[in-house]
Amino acid sequence: MKNKLFEKYFVFSPYFWLVLFFFIPLAIIFKISISVSEWGMPPYQNIFLFDNGFKINTTFENYVYIFSDFYYIGSFVNSLILALISTFFCLLIGFPLAFYIATSNIRLRNILLVLVVIPFWSSFLLRVYAWKIILQNNGILNVILLNLGITSEPLQLLYNQYAVIMGIVYTYLPLMILPLYGYLNKFDLNLIEASKDLGLNRFKTFFKVILPLSAPGIVAGSLLVFIPVVGEFIIPEMLGGSDRLYYGKILWEEFFVNRNWPGASALAFSGIIILVLPIVIFQILYSRFSQKNEI
Amino acid sequence: MKSSLIKSTVIFLGLFFLYFPILVLIFYSFNENKRVMVWKGFSLRWYTELFNNEQIIEAFIISIKIAALSATFATILGVMIGYSLVRIRKIPFKSFYIFLSSTPLVLPELILGLSMLLFFISLNNVIGFPSSRGQLTIFISHVTFCIAFVAIIIQARLTDFNKNIEEAAMDLGYNYTKVLYKITLPIILPSIIAGWLLAFTISLDDLVVASFTTGPGANTLPIVVFSKVRLGLSPEVNALSAILMFALIIIGLFYFYFNKKFKH
Repeated sequence: MKNKLFEKYFVFSPYFWLVLFFFIPLAIIFKISISVSEWGMPPYQNIFLFDNGFKINTTFENYVYIFSDFYYIGSFVNSLILALISTFFCLLIGFPLAFYIATSNIRLRNILLVLVVIPFWSSFLLRVYAWKIILQNNGILNVILLNLGITSEPLQLLYNQYAVIMGIVYTYLPLMILPLYGYLNKFDLNLIEASKDLGLNRFKTFFKVILPLSAPGIVAGSLLVFIPVVGEFIIPEMLGGSDRLYYGKILWEEFFVNRNWPGASALAFSGIIILVLPIVIFQILYSRFSQKNEI
Repeated sequence: MKSSLIKSTVIFLGLFFLYFPILVLIFYSFNENKRVMVWKGFSLRWYTELFNNEQIIEAFIISIKIAALSATFATILGVMIGYSLVRIRKIPFKSFYIFLSSTPLVLPELILGLSMLLFFISLNNVIGFPSSRGQLTIFISHVTFCIAFVAIIIQARLTDFNKNIEEAAMDLGYNYTKVLYKITLPIILPSIIAGWLLAFTISLDDLVVASFTTGPGANTLPIVVFSKVRLGLSPEVNALSAILMFALIIIGLFYFYFNKKFKH
């Protein structure tokens, strides 16, 4: 009897907190996204009206408005492309790094892993700010390029999409390396030797042995980078220019500048549906089908 | 021979890429010149100015306070989730429970921040609380998204460790509660500390959610720093960066120490 009470306490305390402060806020976003906008405070009408009997007052206008305007669609596509490119570069840099760390001897391995992840602990904002210093017109990168004679005058490195990609790859790299390392660390290195002994060349060994075995790590790492990057606001704001608009910026301005709460909510809710739901479903299915949970 | 050369090169370049920007930042923090990019000479001037900057000091104190409190709450609730998911069979609507406890890990901060702000505004319209946003609303938001990070650490730790110890204690006459407090919690204590440190750092570092849920008198450190460097560079922020990076890296090392303590 006592155990039951105790279990309930453990299960329901966080349950209560998360329903109240996480699920209900999400529901409110949805509610406001289907509300009729109006001038006033708050800038939307109630979805239930009681003046002439009970009436439900909802609209999908906000979604139509977003999905028919290239300004919003274009920004979302820009963000998806940005996330895709950044994820690709994180993988390109992260994979060899994770692979070589995983194949080091055990003492070195732990030291290297800590060294790779430690920068992730230092402030995110300040790491982005560091790139602002590096990429200045009279910054260190331009000084190096000038001295090497690669360019004769300082390049405009800051305030464009390349600077944004640079900043993202830099700040999100550890998120790619960790899950990759997790999977690469698990598999038996003798498999590589075996495949070489069986006559497969390096190229084939990589594509037939190493890549399939580390596939779950690649998927996990890519998701951990891709999803937050689509909603990234700070990095484009600090390092980006006016050449491209991104989802995060549009959402921010729709809310704080245009004061269009229903529009901003519709943008946010579309973002949840498009980005997060597929992964959550995948995760729930995955945890149902796999006997042992792993992270 | 050749492959080990490639290996060392890749690792060296990778680490160089990760540490170079941090070193640049620390280097420029010692620049005497007000114009950050023009080197004038070594000086601790900006460190002195930093400690005399009341706005930054005040923001720092607010941030530490919110981070410590929200990490503590998030750790308590996160431990409960981790424990429930591994040890308790009957959880009503378990998929929903997993959804609630894992989605904050991937949800873009911007969406989370917006939903919290609209929630607080709606709540205020209905029950008249919270009448204005500030430290309390930031605290609630930070607890909410830090819970998931603690839960995942605890879940991993509990999955790892041998259930037999708990069962043996039960056989010896310990009741459920006693097993938890005398056996389970002490064993996973390093992971609990690691979870707290992670939550503390995440809260301390958060800009986006805090920007949405802040109010008068609740400018956290990232908010102040962002307002200073959004459009340009600031020598005081350079000095702050150097100190903060150093402190956070120490916290990170502690995290690794506690998280790995019982792994072989």
